[in-house]
Amino acid sequence: MNAWLTRHLQTLVGSLGRLSKQSLATGFTMVVIGLALALPACLQLLVSNAQQATGGWNRSFSISVYLQPGTSLQQARQLTERVRLRKDVAEVTLVSAEQALRELRRDSGFDGAFHLLEENPLPHALTVRPTDRQASPAGMKALADGLRALPTVQTVELDAAWVDRLNSILDAARRGILLAAGLLALGVVGIIGNTIRLDIQNRREEIEVTKLVGGSDAFVRRPFLYGGVWYGLGGAVFAWGLCAMVVATLAQPIARIAGLYGSGFRLAGLGWQASLILLIGGVSLGWLGSYIAATRTLALLALESREC
Amino acid sequence: MIHFDHVSKRYPNGREALTDLSLEIGSGEIAFVTGHSGAGKSSLLKLIALIERPSRGQVVVNGQNLTNVPRSRVPAFRRQVGMVFQDHKLLSDHTIFDNVALPLVIAGVGSKEIGKRVRAALDQVGLLGREQCVPLELSTGEQQRVGIARAVVSKPPILIADEPTGNLDPDLSLEVMHLFRRFNEVGVTVLVASHDVHLLQHFPVRRIRLEAGRVVDGADTEPRGRGDPLRTEAASP
Repeated sequence: MNAWLTRHLQTLVGSLGRLSKQSLATGFTMVVIGLALALPACLQLLVSNAQQATGGWNRSFSISVYLQPGTSLQQARQLTERVRLRKDVAEVTLVSAEQALRELRRDSGFDGAFHLLEENPLPHALTVRPTDRQASPAGMKALADGLRALPTVQTVELDAAWVDRLNSILDAARRGILLAAGLLALGVVGIIGNTIRLDIQNRREEIEVTKLVGGSDAFVRRPFLYGGVWYGLGGAVFAWGLCAMVVATLAQPIARIAGLYGSGFRLAGLGWQASLILLIGGVSLGWLGSYIAATRTLALLALESREC
Repeated sequence: MIHFDHVSKRYPNGREALTDLSLEIGSGEIAFVTGHSGAGKSSLLKLIALIERPSRGQVVVNGQNLTNVPRSRVPAFRRQVGMVFQDHKLLSDHTIFDNVALPLVIAGVGSKEIGKRVRAALDQVGLLGREQCVPLELSTGEQQRVGIARAVVSKPPILIADEPTGNLDPDLSLEVMHLFRRFNEVGVTVLVASHDVHLLQHFPVRRIRLEAGRVVDGADTEPRGRGDPLRTEAASP
């Protein structure tokens, strides 16, 4: 067991040494793999950050309830009390038609034009803020439905509707990323497989000699498998570095934008979980690519030299 | 040690390299396989090292019937046979040390032990101190000696060499042949294929002469001379 481990470690280090001898070619291969891995990783960063940013905003949204025209102020007050008693409501404010008109006059600057109106065209309105627990998209919708069913209510406007939409878009984006990641993973397997295949062709002589002095197929294949693992690992580390660089570059401007919107949002980097997935993914893809290529190419070589 | 029983070898292109060949080489014996090029010398050695398999007949090496050795066991079998090639087959981008160490690395020997045995093998062929050179820094004769060191480093019971002196001048050839003799003296069964008649005159040991894939002389172990070249010389002038 110990000798076995030593042998594997030796091959592992040996294959790294061989890769570092051709540092330029190795570097290029790792950059290509790194870019392929960095693309889905960066997209994932984008989506998770977007979700983070919008998640906090759900809270500040409220529901506007407009009452039917002709509803008396008395009725509106009663309705307000009724809504206030609901368990899923944190706060209700009544904006009476008169109040609304006053504000409109003041804010719009068309004070004179409003004198021409014979009667107030605005309805009474309630602004309802849900409890924190109710602030999820589904909860908001349920609350809106509840309010809509109340008497004298004409329309209920859910301000959070666009958050709902954004979340749907992000869900779709996440699937897109999964798809892109799958395709790019295939690309990584292809890149590594082809690199290993060329490597094997270049070292045909060594492989033949090794077999002549008693090297088994597994022994001959092992350094190539480790080579693939190194390519994958190197690419993953490069991709991780790219993501970190993107986050570092964008963190400050985004924090400033968030500040302008009165939000304390900070751009998050890849967490340790995502980092681990990236590294393990890179290594596995490297191993897979080299395994397929090495097994296939070595079998072809053996066939060519008519091994018995 | 090596036993051929009515062996024929026909290649896929239809050429028959060996025809109904029977042969016995005892343990600890040294023998030359002679004959013109194309007589079947290389094929004979390839069958012993399981580089090729016979079309008919049986080959038994070191107690193992090679017919029964599956493809997956070929590498393990080959570790019992040290091989020396005419073109040495050294790895040009590896040091002499790494080249000689290769069979030990394959066998999974620990690195300390590898260092000891590689130096011992290089010492035997007179190349101690050149471990860190690459093959191209050495002369052809030295390269061939590295090839021999690699063949014997794992102490195989059998050593086979295919035209080991083919690219060497007479002096170097003699030197290489003396090396084989020395390994034979410590009990290794040695089989050397060579067409160099003049060289072989210096070494009066058993000869197996091949002609067109058949043994024409020296098929059986000579009971008197086994493993003792000097007595063989006396027996067959």
